[in-house]
Amino acid sequence: MTPRAWRTLLLWLLAMLAGAAVVWSSRFSTDISFFLPAHPTVAQQVLVDQLKEGAVSRLLMLAVEGGDAAQRAGLSRELHTRLAALPEFVSVQNGDARSEDAARDFLLRHRYLLSPAVTPERFTVDGLKAAISNSIDLLASPAGMLLKPYLTRDPTGELVELLGGLSAGAQPASVDGVWASHDGQRALLLVQTRALGSDTDGQEKAIALIREQSAAAFRSAGVQGLTLQLSGPGLFAVKSRATIKREVTRLSLISLAAIVAVLFFVYRSPRILLLSLLPVASGALAGIVAVSLAYGTVYGITVGFGSALIGEAVDYAIYYFVQSGRLGLDSWRQRFWPTIRLGVLTSVCGFGALLFSGFPGLAQLGLYSLTGVLTAALVTRFVLPPLAGSNIQIPVPARLGLALHAGLRQLRTLRWPAIGLALAAFTYLGAQRDQLWLPNLSALSTVSAADAALDARLRADLSTPAARYLVVVAAPDREAALQAAERAGQRLDPLVADGVIGGYDSPAHFLPSATTQAARRAGLPSPDELQRRLQAALVDSPLSANKLAPFIADVEAARRQPLLGRHDLGGSGLALAVDSLLLQGANGWSALLPLRPAGGEQGVDIRVAAVRAALAGSDALFIDTKGQFDALYGDYLHQAVWLSTAGFVAIVVLLLVSLRSPRRLAGVLLPLVMAVALVIAGLHLAGERLQLLHLVGMLLIVAVGSNYALFFDRIAGGASLDTATLMSMAVAATTTVIGFGTLALSSVPVLHAVGVTVGPGALLALLLSAVFASREVPA
Amino acid sequence: MIRHLFTGLVLASLAVTAHAAFNVDQLMSGLAQHKGGRAKFVEKRTLAVLDRPLVATGEMTYTPPDRLEKRTLTPKPETMVLDKNQVSIERDKRKYSISLTSRPEALAFVDSIRNTLAGNRAALEKNYTLQLDGNNDNWVLTLTPTEQKIAALLQRITISGSEDQIHTIDYLLADGDRSELTIEPLDPR
Repeated sequence: MTPRAWRTLLLWLLAMLAGAAVVWSSRFSTDISFFLPAHPTVAQQVLVDQLKEGAVSRLLMLAVEGGDAAQRAGLSRELHTRLAALPEFVSVQNGDARSEDAARDFLLRHRYLLSPAVTPERFTVDGLKAAISNSIDLLASPAGMLLKPYLTRDPTGELVELLGGLSAGAQPASVDGVWASHDGQRALLLVQTRALGSDTDGQEKAIALIREQSAAAFRSAGVQGLTLQLSGPGLFAVKSRATIKREVTRLSLISLAAIVAVLFFVYRSPRILLLSLLPVASGALAGIVAVSLAYGTVYGITVGFGSALIGEAVDYAIYYFVQSGRLGLDSWRQRFWPTIRLGVLTSVCGFGALLFSGFPGLAQLGLYSLTGVLTAALVTRFVLPPLAGSNIQIPVPARLGLALHAGLRQLRTLRWPAIGLALAAFTYLGAQRDQLWLPNLSALSTVSAADAALDARLRADLSTPAARYLVVVAAPDREAALQAAERAGQRLDPLVADGVIGGYDSPAHFLPSATTQAARRAGLPSPDELQRRLQAALVDSPLSANKLAPFIADVEAARRQPLLGRHDLGGSGLALAVDSLLLQGANGWSALLPLRPAGGEQGVDIRVAAVRAALAGSDALFIDTKGQFDALYGDYLHQAVWLSTAGFVAIVVLLLVSLRSPRRLAGVLLPLVMAVALVIAGLHLAGERLQLLHLVGMLLIVAVGSNYALFFDRIAGGASLDTATLMSMAVAATTTVIGFGTLALSSVPVLHAVGVTVGPGALLALLLSAVFASREVPA
Repeated sequence: MIRHLFTGLVLASLAVTAHAAFNVDQLMSGLAQHKGGRAKFVEKRTLAVLDRPLVATGEMTYTPPDRLEKRTLTPKPETMVLDKNQVSIERDKRKYSISLTSRPEALAFVDSIRNTLAGNRAALEKNYTLQLDGNNDNWVLTLTPTEQKIAALLQRITISGSEDQIHTIDYLLADGDRSELTIEPLDPR
């Protein structure tokens, strides 16, 4: 090697080492932030925080299945005891009577701070008279059973008030004293992890612990045939990470192995093969470095895109080795490099358009591919020649040349059938244009249908439906957030009374603001005063005042009681409720108030306008979560249409400027547009669920496919298409199809969609370009 | 000696059964024939904590086999519907709905009346021992809980009636409080 070659190699190695250092210290992530908006609206931010940090994202649902009811209940209790003892879990609930009793005792103990009915008026003579006579009426009813044991302690019925307000939502069923599914066949537990939902390692550890503990519990109980089922956001995150990790490795290996096999078959030289992989490795590394430096976090899915990048980036080295052999380096640079450079630039336009996407995952894919392709081209142009030396001869078998030219002639006879097919595809797409694209975000989800079904079943069993309608209030601290929640609650109460909504939850129901608690406490009368008022209030009552000593004692205790804080709730079900509804984010606190539908005619829907009207003028935000997610995906889709169009226009302008001929431009573009139409129509006919990434794939067909179309355009430019060039195009197209085709095998919808679109698309682009290529080809 | 006594007991009980012209099966099949319908009720509750009994009145509607609606009119309107295992109570514009599967003892409690109305002996015997006195025209059925959890709430239920018509249901709770329900059919049959 020449000194210049050594210098080049050294520089390259240094760059690679620096890149490797960056990659080594990069943060890799497989979490859902791939899909979450980069520039969220206020409402979206609430959902994003909820998904990433919210208590709901830390909930795991457990079901014990098999055996008989008593065995399941026993294991539910055993598992509860084991998990509750571990610091990894904040709260473990299984509906056990003991913990239900504990929650009820807590409510009873703190009822005068918690009950919204506690006002100074309630403790006047008239207020006491009304409240106590209501309780006595209640005693005469079936619901009175609940009240009777507490009548002398709680004659104003605060416990009934509290229970009525808190548990208006449906409770899970119970068998043998623990939560069970509606059919009674599964015992259920609800676990809140200490690890955040976004901490996939923490979630993985928690899930492993649960499995370990349940296996141990099953063993110690000595029962056979019981199984544990588990679901929740944490499990989805862990599974999704495992899937992505497995696929990144698997897909890259498949793609690399297939491409290496093709290249070795063509080159018959390990040295040239290795040299060909140099630009690929450089490109893949540079892509990750660029993403890491630009975004701070590299998504696993982005790395998974590497398998496609391999196929695309190896093309330049193929062109170089196959084409420069006979021509020599200088001649190659002069004759072929401009075509290749234009191809690189069209690819850059395609991937570059994605950079502007508000969908972070898509923007990363764009930056990764753009950097990768550009780096691979530059390394091919500047690093490869000095390293490879000048006397490279890739054998071009004569038989292959004949076959390629014969194939080309055959393809030209297919012009009219191709046009007919393309027209049919366009007509089909035109007719189907309204139902082509799936309108929701779930199309991108890595969660399998079976996992989603299990999740939905456990959710239904636990009666924890995903809250669709939320009212959100924000505040700088917890106390202010609770006060804001109380103010919003005051606006919602009339809606409940009017039957617009069935009810609502609020963190302030479980933990009222200190101000409210203090006001309630201050309104309680002294024992003597209360005694006097009771005597007056109960003159005609069947309940005589002298039986109410426990009541007077409890009120006096409440007057001296400190105010309740979050720590008083411990790891109870009430704490879980407060934590799910009160969220500390980067910019302060927010309180969530999920609304329950009124049911009846309206079903699960809520009259949104009425709620908005009730909240008008307050700082409370009303969110329809389903609407938000649909709108989010709609935004992504809309933006992707816009960006794809912009990318396409950029490619057209670039080609027009370079080719300086509308006719040649049409010659290059026509086969590409036909390829796009055929692929999308074909996929839709085949039942593929088309989503955002298929749409992006359309742009990439043009960006990648144009590389081949441009070589055929050289004929129109007066150049001849010799066998070596044809062979290089065939090999380059094969590697690209392998690269993207491998992605089509992925079970990650984002990768699959791009692969299944661009793989066949690139092949069709090559074939259709050949079909419509000019005739002046020397035999 | 003990064996003797035991044999005597068995014989005695057999004798009782043999002499009873009217048995539980007969009563139950008679009740099961009942097509349901509307009735007025008066419910008197005597509670130790109160100086005088509480009286509630209203209407009941029974739709075989498992729906019972109890509409209290005085002293305060309230509607309770027991449908399968779901109890809904509506009071002061507020609706509560409780699934009784989560409270087996409460289910057994409210089920006693429904199963009696339905003439479902097997269901009653799951939680109670049944004792029948009197004859077809004037019978008294006593339910004594066998389940510990129910016994903690309830000493016994005494139901009286004639033919397939129930007249009174008397709940005697474990703490000595009692609730007497008097029923009078509204629909001519």
